[in-house]
Amino acid sequence: MTNHAHIDEHRDDEGSKTGMWIFIFTELLLFGGLFIVYSVYRYLNPMAFHLAAEELDPFIGTVNTVILLVSSMTIAMAITSIQLKKKKLTLILMGVTVLLAIIFMVNKYFEWTGKISHGIFPGSEVLHQSSQGEILFFGLYYAMTGLHALHIIVGMGFIGYVMWLVKTDDVKHDDYVILENSALYWHLVDLIWIFLFPLFYLIT
Amino acid sequence: MIETHEREATPSFLEYQGRFKGLMGWIFSTDHKRIGLLYLYSMLVFFSVAALLGLMMKLELMAPGKTIMGAQTYNSFFTLHGITMIFLIVVPGLPAVFGNFFLPIMIGAKDVAFPKLNLISWWIYILGALIALSAQFMDGGAPDTGWTFYAPYSFKTGTNMLPAVTGAFVLGFSSIVTGINFIVTMHRMRAPGMKWMKMPLFPWALYGTSWIQVLATPIVGVTLLMVVLERTMQIGFFDPALGGDPILYQHLFWIYSHPAVYIMILPAMGVISEIIPTFARKTIFGYTAIVVSTLAIAFVGYFVWGHHMFTSGMSGVALYTFSILTFLVAIPSAIKIFNWVATLHKASIDMQTPFLWALCFLFVFMIGGLSGMVLGALSANVHLHDTAFVVAHFHYIVFGGTGFAFFGAVHYWYPKMFGRMFDKSWANIGLAIFFTGFNALYLPMFYLGMTGMPRRYYDYVEKFHGPNIISSLGAILMIAGLIIIITNLVRSAKHGTKAEKDPWKGKTLEWTVDSPPSLENFEEIPVVTHHPYKYD
Repeated sequence: MTNHAHIDEHRDDEGSKTGMWIFIFTELLLFGGLFIVYSVYRYLNPMAFHLAAEELDPFIGTVNTVILLVSSMTIAMAITSIQLKKKKLTLILMGVTVLLAIIFMVNKYFEWTGKISHGIFPGSEVLHQSSQGEILFFGLYYAMTGLHALHIIVGMGFIGYVMWLVKTDDVKHDDYVILENSALYWHLVDLIWIFLFPLFYLIT
Repeated sequence: MIETHEREATPSFLEYQGRFKGLMGWIFSTDHKRIGLLYLYSMLVFFSVAALLGLMMKLELMAPGKTIMGAQTYNSFFTLHGITMIFLIVVPGLPAVFGNFFLPIMIGAKDVAFPKLNLISWWIYILGALIALSAQFMDGGAPDTGWTFYAPYSFKTGTNMLPAVTGAFVLGFSSIVTGINFIVTMHRMRAPGMKWMKMPLFPWALYGTSWIQVLATPIVGVTLLMVVLERTMQIGFFDPALGGDPILYQHLFWIYSHPAVYIMILPAMGVISEIIPTFARKTIFGYTAIVVSTLAIAFVGYFVWGHHMFTSGMSGVALYTFSILTFLVAIPSAIKIFNWVATLHKASIDMQTPFLWALCFLFVFMIGGLSGMVLGALSANVHLHDTAFVVAHFHYIVFGGTGFAFFGAVHYWYPKMFGRMFDKSWANIGLAIFFTGFNALYLPMFYLGMTGMPRRYYDYVEKFHGPNIISSLGAILMIAGLIIIITNLVRSAKHGTKAEKDPWKGKTLEWTVDSPPSLENFEEIPVVTHHPYKYD
């Protein structure tokens, strides 16, 4: 007779990763809904989207893209280092990932406040005087980058939690599936940005 | 404590004493069986409320003009009835209750793949329900858009849409988590020897359902999120004044909500596929065909959402395409019906209550399905759009299909879940009254819709009076039947005779374990060597 704890101890790394992958599908579909809306309105208002996109600064966008790509690399390196039993290096690499995420958010903060100080935000006077296409563009801009930023915050929390698990040796060289899952999630956040970046900053 | 247990027989999951006692031992239990029952009890509460709302609406329609409530109250009643029934009961219903309880047992596993996540999904469900229902009690008035939250009314109306929409969004998470859990469970935890094509049909139905839950729910999630942003921040996603397109809302909504209909009906079909061979004492006819049609329904079901919008304005090509696809999705459903009927051919049928529910299911589901074909035809649809005909069709499918299968499942698995038998004669009397009431309630609505009575109105002209009286009396009869059925089930949990391991002579794995099962279901994981419905 085993007690209740036994069921909770059931371990299946492959299963955990399968679950994470399916969850990632759902995240992609969540953004997929917004991508559909974006494409429909872009198709209906090509000129307005063109004009509105020129308001965004591709430089900040590019910097943030590089930041996220590098952070994806550091989290991947963290997995390799835990396999090599280098606990301290793992923690440093994960810390760098979180740090890069914070820098991303700071950039985002300045970008958003800059727009808002120019009176460009949903429901503002300035936007009400612009064309409908521009209202939609900025509405989508705030909604999509906002939802993405929310995912960055969740990702930071997730990685932070796993860092704590690494520190307490609950995640070790032979049991690190949750680290892999947090990395998968982080790659997803990165990947979505790779699509958001051209849609808002590059295609004009 | 563990030592004393070692000497006695293994305690059932109902008696098992974990870390917590009493209520806490339930709401913090990660045991899939307890979670299944938690869902069952919560749904029983929500269902009673929503059924009562439905009854009051029928009483209002007993006579033209204001009978017991005004227009605004009626609007909020059908909205709350819809939100509760759809998002809290029929969408999670069968997977959350019977999927949780029986999926692991039927595939020979000790639990689902992620037991903690499973418990969290129940908590999310309760959280979502509380948020959605809080809309009723806040200033501003109860939501009045109907369960579809159509734009632009959903952000123009002054009523409390925000909690209702947010609640539906949160409930989506619960649905997704359950879906992921089941998919991984079936991929990773089938007992040795249980190949995919040896898996019983209820798990197969859950497999198709889970994929829909996972792949469709995010779309409605983000759509509801857009409505929230629209209401709070005036982003013009669906507001024509700001350049948005309300029809786009309808598309996005139905991209989820049509597949959601298959989330409701696939597990129901799965239940019927279990009940029929058990009481026919015969292998199910066309096992492979049923599996394939389950997957076909799940797949084709994604591409028919436009048939909810035939009058909303779409191109001719889109109309034809959606219409043809709608007819196409009927084929796999019909295949299943033929398979079930063929299973009964030359069988030694044991007429027990669960089997009677399955037979009633076949009857009402056929009416529901065939009236769906009428609505899938373009020209007929224009005539019948937004009439009582649609309401009748919808209730024949969702209540007649999922609801009947749900009650069939409760009776079928009742001995396994509670370890006791229900009172068979009361169960049959309840079913007879319920079935009569059900048909008296919804059949006249087909006629009313054909002759032009619109849905969602609290009032009607004199010529619709007669059928409406029959319909309302049917509602009263049906509720009376429900009360008998539920009272009998609740009473029997205490007073029923003890159930054996296999009271129905079923062949699937859940009938090989104790009634009620022990905490870990199996002393030893079984090795599966033959097909699930092997009768010699």
